Amino acid sequence: MSALIEVNDLRVAFGHGAARVNAVDGVGFSVDAGEVFGLVGESGCGKTTILKALCGLNRAWTGEITIAGQRLTPRREKSFYKLVQMVFQDPYGSLHPRHTVNTTLMEPIRIHGLDDPNRRIDKVLREVGLGPDFRFRYPHQLSGGQRQRVAIARALIVEPKVLLLDEPTSALDVSVQAEILNLFAEIRRIEDLTYILVSHDLGVVAHMCERVAVMNHGAILETLGVDDLMANRCRHAYSRELLESSRGYAHELSA
Amino acid sequence: MTSAPEPILSVEDLWVRITTHHGVVEAVRGISFEVGREKVGIVGESGSGKTMTGRSILRLTPKSAAVTAKRMGFKGTDLLSLNEARMRDVRGNGISMIMQDPKYSLNPVIRVGEQIAEAFRVHHKVAKAEARERTLEMLAAVRIRDPNRVYRLYPHEVSGGMGQRIMIAMMLIPEPDLIIADEPTSALDVTVRMQVLDVLNDLVSQRGHGLIFISHDLNLVAGFCDRVLIMYAGRIVESCAAADLHNARHGYTRGLLNSLPRLDRRRDHLPVLDRDPAWRDGPVLS
Repeated sequence: MSALIEVNDLRVAFGHGAARVNAVDGVGFSVDAGEVFGLVGESGCGKTTILKALCGLNRAWTGEITIAGQRLTPRREKSFYKLVQMVFQDPYGSLHPRHTVNTTLMEPIRIHGLDDPNRRIDKVLREVGLGPDFRFRYPHQLSGGQRQRVAIARALIVEPKVLLLDEPTSALDVSVQAEILNLFAEIRRIEDLTYILVSHDLGVVAHMCERVAVMNHGAILETLGVDDLMANRCRHAYSRELLESSRGYAHELSA
Repeated sequence: MTSAPEPILSVEDLWVRITTHHGVVEAVRGISFEVGREKVGIVGESGSGKTMTGRSILRLTPKSAAVTAKRMGFKGTDLLSLNEARMRDVRGNGISMIMQDPKYSLNPVIRVGEQIAEAFRVHHKVAKAEARERTLEMLAAVRIRDPNRVYRLYPHEVSGGMGQRIMIAMMLIPEPDLIIADEPTSALDVTVRMQVLDVLNDLVSQRGHGLIFISHDLNLVAGFCDRVLIMYAGRIVESCAAADLHNARHGYTRGLLNSLPRLDRRRDHLPVLDRDPAWRDGPVLS
């Protein structure tokens, strides 16, 4: 199978002159159709910056990005957003506080000129486990987990092929995190989706992904299968350190 | 267990009731616990009342909250009977609190060294030069490599991990008996988190402070603390030795532990917490 997403020598820099920071410094990876690919690393390693370049929120990048056979330019057409959608970290910040769920979901339908809005909204709300009762609620009437479900519904409603997930559960309690992770697994089975998941939580990445790229200082140190990661077969000392730290405090002491 | 015969803090039947537009919310509902010279973890989900518990000890609750308890004993005095002036004396000197996010807890326009020195001078009548000496020692104690340089920095010039270590230095310099740390490492990266916990662990065990460690992270608390209290809907539903947390018996604790994604085995489906209404008022397991 050929790769659905291919990234080659991607570079993103912020600032000029002495203050120039190479946030993403020559990164390359490929993701097959139907795969879940993880990007892990600590804050400031460039993982979110890669997602922003992929989804078109950041136009100041150089390199090659190919999605579904199409070489992407910094500026994206409307049709691109029918193919690729994103779910953000903070469900409290990513929904308009004065728009009902209905208004939020109608916007992509209107932008893409999709038919039969009522059927689509009903279907997508059921799919994310909310049901039609939630259609005319405001965000302040929803819990954090329910808000994230609305954000997922908004991404799903245009029937994309690729979902970019930027720390989708790090603002949620662990019990709610389990529900949302299950939901991602379920809709991937139904809708035949490809995910790129950015997270600092190796537990979440190990649960969701098939392959993982470990990032540090804007570069990918290594890309490895999740089984190798869980069995501690990392080549880089930094990956091992990350893994050890994620196992909890006692492991650090015994190390 | 390291529990001393006489506890530093003993709380009996603590209630926190918050008045809102929709009536009175009972954030904490009649909890009792003791803290000796040990590390006690309080875990639970958002809204379980763990932060309110920590804040009510230092009387840092919002105006709309009414705090009542049979007794809140701290080294022989009842904190509830103290007036505001005496309470100010307890804060910092007797009990200090480490907040979640150093970015919002440090004064952005004062050099970090001066802030730590101020915390010391408020409680000890010493010359500026001595306060500075003590501050530099404290910065070294929280493993900051170049204390003289860091002393002169402003909060925006330090990283998150260093900021949190500066907070710890500031809270420990008056030598309190009890430290309340509310999610002190949640805003930090995993590798930095371990360094900060190491610092906290060393200081607490060397100086014999008591520590209340409030966190939502069960794995972290299991490894770091001596004893754990699990809160649900304003009550302590279970208390156990931290080492035994993974054998917890309460349905809520078990549910939380099961819902965590694991690094040692893969599961297609994560068990979802099924909230039993009986947990709200059921028996306390210990």
